[in-house]
Amino acid sequence: MDAPVASADAAARELHGGGIIAALKASGIEYVLAVPDIVTSSGLLGPIARDSDFKLIRVCKEDECIGIASGLSYADKRALILIQYTGFLDSLNAIRGVAVEYKQPICMMVGLLGHDPEKTPRASPRYGVRIIEPILDDMGIAHHLISLDADIAKIAPAIERAYRESEPVALLIGRRPKAS
Amino acid sequence: MMKREECFKILARHVGDAALVATYSSAVDWVDIAPRALNYLSIGAMGLDSSHGLGLALGRPDKRVIVLQGDGSLLMNLGSLVTIAAAAPKNLVHLVAQNDTYEANGSQPIPNPKIDFAGIARSSGYAAAYDFSDLKIFEQQVAHVLEQQGPVFATLHIEPTKPLKYDYPSLYDPQKRAAFKAEWQS
Repeated sequence: MDAPVASADAAARELHGGGIIAALKASGIEYVLAVPDIVTSSGLLGPIARDSDFKLIRVCKEDECIGIASGLSYADKRALILIQYTGFLDSLNAIRGVAVEYKQPICMMVGLLGHDPEKTPRASPRYGVRIIEPILDDMGIAHHLISLDADIAKIAPAIERAYRESEPVALLIGRRPKAS
Repeated sequence: MMKREECFKILARHVGDAALVATYSSAVDWVDIAPRALNYLSIGAMGLDSSHGLGLALGRPDKRVIVLQGDGSLLMNLGSLVTIAAAAPKNLVHLVAQNDTYEANGSQPIPNPKIDFAGIARSSGYAAAYDFSDLKIFEQQVAHVLEQQGPVFATLHIEPTKPLKYDYPSLYDPQKRAAFKAEWQS
């Protein structure tokens, strides 16, 4: 029997952490540098912490991640920075200096706390979320919205390009990923 | 109290093939004393020295990393002491040149010169932490500090010096970053 249309539609509008984690592994991510973010805590950071394929470095403040990822890149070690948009905003000077002016491959996965996933980030009910994409555009940083399972296919090419071209990228998590 | 230049001249005799992370006044004095490809000077934002050093140390556990940070810089990233202690890189030596001023920003005082950086590093979980204010004692012990299993921390209590000339375009030259990477991967 076919699933009800409403259920199928709901399933298509989900985001699963397992798919994101698989994409990170396919991208060669070895280190995850993180400050907990309630958007990604249970669906991403929790499973990553339990996954021996990743080396998780828990930092005290988000801008530390920018320096650590830069240092790792000199040994061609790939890192993902997993933070909340508030931490992204707090780290802008480090991102400006290291990622943009020095053209370092800084890969950020940014949880959009308080965002309505049915809206675009620019139309978010949360002021802090509405300003993220304009800031990234002004800084010339590539960004991709990851709100649905279908968006996960964007992750590996984006990380690959960041390391190939030595440039930053921001992957914006628009919906709380399910832990599966 | 020690003079920074004299302290760094001693350090330069022991640095070997370690990466050395430095910025602002420490970087200006260091590159005069020890110009080398393995100097890592492009920090990008004040305070990140220690975090860059952690990334370098994790990326090449077979090589030594020395961070030569200013007191004002470390105050902007005190949490990195906790992060570094938890990550526990055995190959990281974290030195802080404490002269109680933001020397590169007009020699204004730091908020509280009584701060005990080594004490904070010790309680954060560094494997060892030292204070040096006597040049002869530093000279006697520097080899041990650099060789022991890290993360190791030491405060170098130094005098404020004459105003320096900060040639930032030279310090942050992209060719220096490329040269560092080539040497670091060799």
